[in-house]
Amino acid sequence: MSGGTRLENANPLIFQRSGERLLTATDEDDDVADPIDDREIFDLIRSINDPEHPLSLEELNVVEQMRVNVNDEESTVSVEFTPTIPHCSMATLIGLSIKVKLLRSLPDRFKIDVHITPGTHASEDAVNKQLADKERVAAALENSQLLEVVNQCLYTRSM
Amino acid sequence: MAADNSLLLGLVEEFVSGQVDSKATETASGVKTGQFTILQLVEALGLSLTSSQPHTRGRGVQLLSQVLQECYSCLSEREVEVLIAFYENRLKDHYVITPHVLQGLKALTKCSVLPPGSAVSILRSIFQDVHVQSLMLAERSCVYNILISLMESREEELKGLGADFTFGFVQSVDGERDPRNLLLAFQVARNIIHRGYDLGKFVEELFEVTSCYFPIDFSPPPNDPHGITQEDLILSLRNVLTGTSRFAEFLLPLIIEKLDSDVQSAKVDSLLTLAACGLTYSHKELAEFLPGLWSSIRREVFQTASERVESAGLSALGALTSSLSRSVLSSDSEDSLQVFLNLVLKDCQHHLCEPDLKLVWPSTKLLQAAAGASYRASLIVSATVIPALLEQYNNRTQCAQRRTLLEVLQGFVQPTPLSRPADGVESVLVAFQQSLCSVVFSALAESSAGLQVTATRVLTALGQQPCLLAQADVEKAVDHLTRLILEEEDTQVSSAVVECSGSLAHLHPKAFISRMIPRLKEEILSGETQCTRAHTHHTHCSLTDNLGLLSSTESNAAVRLRCVTAVASVSSQLSVVQESTPVLLQVLASAHTGSCSFSVEEVSAVCISLQRIAAHARDTEEIGRFFHSNIIPRLLGLALQAALQSRDSGHSSPLTDEAVLSALVPVISTACAALQSESASRMAAQAVSLFLDGDVSFLPENAFPSQIQLLQSQAECRGPSQLVCLLMACVCSLPRSVDVPEIDRLLVQLEDLICTCSHLFCYTFAAKCFAGLVNKRPAGEALDAVLERVLKRINVELENGSSSQRTQAFTLLLWVAKALLLRYHPLSTALTDKLFALLSDPELGSQAADGFCVLMSDSPDVLNRSCHADVRIMYRQRFFAENSSKLVEGFNSAEQEKKSCYLKALSHIVNNLPREVQLTELPALLPLLLEALSCPDREVQFSTLSCMQPVLLEPPEALRNQLEALFSRMLALTTSPDMKVRIASIRCVHALSRLPEHVILPFRARVLKALAVCLDDRKRLVRNEAVAARGQWFLLGSPGGK
Repeated sequence: MSGGTRLENANPLIFQRSGERLLTATDEDDDVADPIDDREIFDLIRSINDPEHPLSLEELNVVEQMRVNVNDEESTVSVEFTPTIPHCSMATLIGLSIKVKLLRSLPDRFKIDVHITPGTHASEDAVNKQLADKERVAAALENSQLLEVVNQCLYTRSM
Repeated sequence: MAADNSLLLGLVEEFVSGQVDSKATETASGVKTGQFTILQLVEALGLSLTSSQPHTRGRGVQLLSQVLQECYSCLSEREVEVLIAFYENRLKDHYVITPHVLQGLKALTKCSVLPPGSAVSILRSIFQDVHVQSLMLAERSCVYNILISLMESREEELKGLGADFTFGFVQSVDGERDPRNLLLAFQVARNIIHRGYDLGKFVEELFEVTSCYFPIDFSPPPNDPHGITQEDLILSLRNVLTGTSRFAEFLLPLIIEKLDSDVQSAKVDSLLTLAACGLTYSHKELAEFLPGLWSSIRREVFQTASERVESAGLSALGALTSSLSRSVLSSDSEDSLQVFLNLVLKDCQHHLCEPDLKLVWPSTKLLQAAAGASYRASLIVSATVIPALLEQYNNRTQCAQRRTLLEVLQGFVQPTPLSRPADGVESVLVAFQQSLCSVVFSALAESSAGLQVTATRVLTALGQQPCLLAQADVEKAVDHLTRLILEEEDTQVSSAVVECSGSLAHLHPKAFISRMIPRLKEEILSGETQCTRAHTHHTHCSLTDNLGLLSSTESNAAVRLRCVTAVASVSSQLSVVQESTPVLLQVLASAHTGSCSFSVEEVSAVCISLQRIAAHARDTEEIGRFFHSNIIPRLLGLALQAALQSRDSGHSSPLTDEAVLSALVPVISTACAALQSESASRMAAQAVSLFLDGDVSFLPENAFPSQIQLLQSQAECRGPSQLVCLLMACVCSLPRSVDVPEIDRLLVQLEDLICTCSHLFCYTFAAKCFAGLVNKRPAGEALDAVLERVLKRINVELENGSSSQRTQAFTLLLWVAKALLLRYHPLSTALTDKLFALLSDPELGSQAADGFCVLMSDSPDVLNRSCHADVRIMYRQRFFAENSSKLVEGFNSAEQEKKSCYLKALSHIVNNLPREVQLTELPALLPLLLEALSCPDREVQFSTLSCMQPVLLEPPEALRNQLEALFSRMLALTTSPDMKVRIASIRCVHALSRLPEHVILPFRARVLKALAVCLDDRKRLVRNEAVAARGQWFLLGSPGGK
């Protein structure tokens, strides 16, 4: 982000953020169990920071609630994300951030599948394959430079 | 004399040859007391000063310098002159002597009798004979201190040195590295620049020796022994660099260069330094660099991910613009401000036409920063930007785009303090007044909530500037606002509308009286108005679904509630209050008669609105008088009617409901607290005679029975005695100077009521009223007598274990204790000790524990500062300091099953202490708090956790030894059956992640494992906390984390 380098996509489209989830009376009731639903998963990933811009993935429309599917009983989650431009070199990094965020935030009974929205990226298959490969994700997180960038994406300012 | 002489010789001998450092102080005190003179000292030193051994000479000079440091104020001018000549000469001596010479000179420069010319000669000698940078740290600092103190006392003489002084300084400072000395050197440099010393041809040299530190990168050594921060250095260097416009030609290229840096703090520092330049530079200095500066600023604001860089960039742009605005125009050159702003507009304006793209916001901020810098700048920017935005708005049809455009527009409509037009000058927006209004009105008519909210903000901004809303526009605006209040269900929109109405009504009361109040009145009073809203334009589908389920009465109630809130918010002017309060009173009246079906919630909402109106009495005395003469009598009358009716006929109107009565209390007390002396005394007299003697003459609709006994306890719970809460509201919030008539009789009656009544609401308010009166009563025999009597009665009731009135006596004790504690009355300790003793009482223990919450927190309706109560500062700290040990002792000696009461009391007390006190006291209490965490009572757990959480955010040192115990207890509570406890404990675990990494890293794996369980909690709120906490703990010790 120094003076000399240019951003790949300096002026992206921005989208409105959805509001906070409304609290209902049953949320406060200790006796009612709340299932993990699409919105809850979406809330986990929508505030991830973009690696390039001071914007969240939601504002860049990289993630949308309709592209999140969760099945609490079968313990599966599937998330599709859409890079802002088809040649975005950050796609793998964004996918990795989403995956790491979910790994850290969901009970380990869940099987987590993160992939690119079909037809939105030039090297879709390669990226999907990388993200689906457990070993490669683990290896990527051993790389401290990569981990640093991922952590920065996941960093939340408010306490 | 001879004896003195030999004594002095002895001292000198011991110091110089014997190396006994303490003898210097003895010698100095001898000189100070007049035992020896300086001359004698010099004579005694004779041999050492002329010794052939440099070290002996050094020791001699050292003694003299150390004595001078203590005694410089008792020297004569002649002595100083001789000493200076001696010291100057010694500067040429061996290098081991130089440090002592400098110390001596430093002492001499502080003399008030410094002979003329000596300042110059000292400096010449130093500059000539000393190479400052080869001295040690302390001596370098000595030189800077000499410069500083001479600059303070001998400014004129130093200026006589001309540019030589600057050159001397430049030479001495060149190469300085220590931050402590740099702060001194920057101070000298700042003085040189700001006090007009001659820089001569050394401008560039002075710039070089200071700017070589820019941008400052300094991290203080661990444990920070000198207390110097990077910020101190940055600010003091910035002061030097931006102090004179003669540096401009060197500084501006340097800034442009440093802005290319990759280091964020360097960028921020450069931008803020540029912003500071704006104050001193004019167009002349800036002209050449403007295009370069602008493109750097633009690049930073467009590309940055950091808010600090962005805001620094914006303030730099603002400063440049305001500096150009100040420049005087010459007739032959073009307007430099116009030229510069054209540059800004050219680069930013086209982004405003792309409301979907990211750069619309940075561009807007840049343009607003420029426009906000001066009136002229706002004129130039508005002339281009506003028509473009208005055109865009009209061409776009999507709500989201229109909303962005309107939000952008909003920033241009609101003038900053710098761009506000001078008196008599019209706003820059006058030319666009018509089109702005029509855009706002069209946005208000749209169905998008976001658009409506933004439109109300623009409307507020327009309304606050003169001449931007014509009368017809105001009326139109009021109609729109009224419609939105009646029809719009979105809470965000309606609260924005209410806020906007409030601010416009303050300026245009007439339009609101004639157009809004009547409509709202109609709606509020219509029991069965049909819900005419079309169900077509809801923004949130979930809301629509919910509303579909609402029955029509419920949604009518929601409309009425909005109207009642709106009525309160527009009533800030007396003329509006006179129209609006009767509407609200009518609601209460018809709720009482039962002609309309108002629920208790609605009636309470009306009371809250009345209270908000009463709060304006603080600013407007007439509103207070209006409440005193009209509203309060009506309220008392209604409440009395309702109470009597319920006693006689059993009909219970909402006005006898405890919730409603509690809501009426703040209405009356807020109004009474604002009453001025005369009305206040009348109010007190009226209230007392009503409650003591049943005098109803000041109440309207005087149709009450003649014999009313309001302060008698009755069997039925909704009877007149519960009106004692209104008595409290009337008499306990008046200014302290007001004498309450017949106070003794009143206190006796209250005491009787408390001790005989069995109704919780009634005796609690009576006790509060009693306490409120006692708190304000001046100290003296009368007060002592009252207290003695009441304490006796309390004791009798409490000691009688079988008495049914023990709770009442306890309540009275609690409130009287609070009243006395607040004013530091000597008796308060006795009373609070009684409360401590009750903690082990089998019946009252738990109530007593909760009583400490009452004692330590501000009660909303009585005994607080807004009721003019006598509240000493820091009474909580004082109470805590005096009593914490009693609590700990009590806890240790209590039986096992009683311990929880002590813990509960403790957590109430600690919870209400200010943060600073909590931090200092926590170490002592930590064992007890840890005990409380393992206490099975969930309330105790929860209250302890919530009191620890804020403390853990900045954990004190003592905590670190207890981490093991803390973590094991906290983590155990994360699976508690109580959701509140689970959430609170996870928050604490989250807060603990802020401790220094090396301290908590050993717990990381354990915490992550324990929190993994919470990720599968059955409650979403718990899961959310666990996700946040676990995310933070994952970042610990991980690259890019902390």
